[in-house]
Amino acid sequence: MNLAIKDIRHNFGRFVLTSLGIGMLLMLVMGMGGIYRGLVQDATLIVDRIDADLWVVQKNTRGPFAEISRIPRTLEDRIAAVPGVQSSYAFISHTVQRSFNNKPLRLTIQGLSWPADRGHWFPIIAGRGLEQAHYEMVADKSSGLQPGDRIPLAKEIFTVVGLTEGMTSAAGDSMAFMTLLDAQAVQFDLPPEAIRIERTARVNRLSDHELGRTQPQMQDHAAGPGAQIPALGTSMVSAVLVQVLPGFSADAVAKQIEAWPDVSVYTQNGQKELLLRGSVDRARRQLGLFRVLLIIVSGIIMALILYTLTLDKLHDIAMLKLIGAANTVIFRLIMEQAMLLGVIGFGLAHILGQWAFPHFPRRVLLLQEDLIVLAGIVVVISVLSSLLGIHRALRTEPNEVLS
Amino acid sequence: MKPKSDNKMALQAEGLTKIYGSGNTEVVAVRNAAMQVHRGEIVALLGPSGAGKSTLLTLLGLIQTPNVGTIRIADKTVFDHHALTVNVRSFRRRYLGFVFQKANLIPFLTAAENVQLAMEINHTPPRQARQRTLELLEYLDVADRADYLPAKLSGGQQQRVAVARALANSPTLLLADEPTAALDSVRGRQVMELFRRVAHEHDSGVIVVTHDHRSLDVFDRILEMEDGVLKEHPTGTKK
Repeated sequence: MNLAIKDIRHNFGRFVLTSLGIGMLLMLVMGMGGIYRGLVQDATLIVDRIDADLWVVQKNTRGPFAEISRIPRTLEDRIAAVPGVQSSYAFISHTVQRSFNNKPLRLTIQGLSWPADRGHWFPIIAGRGLEQAHYEMVADKSSGLQPGDRIPLAKEIFTVVGLTEGMTSAAGDSMAFMTLLDAQAVQFDLPPEAIRIERTARVNRLSDHELGRTQPQMQDHAAGPGAQIPALGTSMVSAVLVQVLPGFSADAVAKQIEAWPDVSVYTQNGQKELLLRGSVDRARRQLGLFRVLLIIVSGIIMALILYTLTLDKLHDIAMLKLIGAANTVIFRLIMEQAMLLGVIGFGLAHILGQWAFPHFPRRVLLLQEDLIVLAGIVVVISVLSSLLGIHRALRTEPNEVLS
Repeated sequence: MKPKSDNKMALQAEGLTKIYGSGNTEVVAVRNAAMQVHRGEIVALLGPSGAGKSTLLTLLGLIQTPNVGTIRIADKTVFDHHALTVNVRSFRRRYLGFVFQKANLIPFLTAAENVQLAMEINHTPPRQARQRTLELLEYLDVADRADYLPAKLSGGQQQRVAVARALANSPTLLLADEPTAALDSVRGRQVMELFRRVAHEHDSGVIVVTHDHRSLDVFDRILEMEDGVLKEHPTGTKK
């Protein structure tokens, strides 16, 4: 006869409510783990999706995601000429915050090297991909944007032509994809007054210089658009992505490019490592500590619940001892209830989590291996938390029946 | 009706003494008590409150240990002078049955499960335990309440189930501490007669602590306790 099940059947409502409470606590533990996994996935998502063999960035920086990297776009052509390189694309990434429909809209803009890179690597779930060089964007569903929405950026109107799903940055911001030139325009957009001031400043700087004084016609050029001044150099990008030819070693190609004094090169794994070692690592440790605290709190609460349940049954336990029940009978009664509480709580946590986590503002990713580890932890805390109740039950004397 | 096997002893106790506290607070609850109960015999234990009846019962039921004395149950010495000589819990489940003023049924088990549990604890196979449970409940006239939880039973029915549980493992000695105190006179009488039936038909020795003088005629022998001292009641042996 299974006394634990019989007792639960008799106090079903209380057991369900207790399990629900434990389940919600365990859901928090599960959620913390899921948030960490989501953080890792968000951080490495774009690196994984783009699947470039090499990332070439500004010398001695850990760009373009861990820190700002600025390199000239012409580097794309230099790299394309390196033996073993199949293709190279300029890439730009930056975050903007604007107001749209009276709500803040944060977007991490990824500039694609149009037309070579048309964004085949991100999943379109609605609408279409980019089909023209300017003023179109594909946004992630999490931004709340819809196909057809028109967003004012850099003095132009961008139309949302498609939606992706699950494409968020390491900071949890929704990604938006547009052509590299558009992304640059958004990144380096200045208000007209700032442009006018800069042009005037250029003319003033030139007039203070001997070259300006001896060649006054240069001042006319200096007062014009920056793009028409050859001396100002080419536009800057965040990184150049490299695909290596089949049969060539990515490390060998990286070594050649690394020899140049103006760039640093990371392999795909190196780039991911950079992302994970930075802010993600601190978040991981923080979340890990929260998980440990929550597990301890869950254990204490479970122990108190089981202790209270045991106190309620002390008279019955005394009676069981009086009629000769062995300690194992009493041990099993409490231990089995603890295990059931833990297992049902874990099941409820999983079910509640599946329902609740998709509504969280950041990605919560439940991996099977994490769930298995947590299930093991739940079994351990169930056993440990039952010990207090078992200790009290075993100290109960049969003569307590008479009290 | 005479006991079936009056030559076999269910209980022999000699020189039982139980003292609580020490020094100025010392209380002698049971003083040098001696008694014998045959199998098939039902004995009443009378006495005023605080006389030591319940304490004596707990000593005989191995719920408490005496300070000194000897207890033999079913021809086995279970307490010798200062120490227990058996595994108490296993001995209790095999040789002793208890009934109290309150039925003390496990509230989350049905009437049948309460009885069956006592047998399963004694390693009786579940099917056999279930069969015997139903027979006992039938015998005690509560078979129709077998699947009811204790909360759904009347006081008398609960007490009958408690008796069935006490009889589950065919105990040599059945100890009842004021089993009718919570019942009206009619039901109290029925329960006392039930104990008599149990003693005679199940060949168990039965000791009943009671205040109910109206049912004394059901007992084979009456003992009385006063200030911890056990003696024969002035009316002596009734049967």
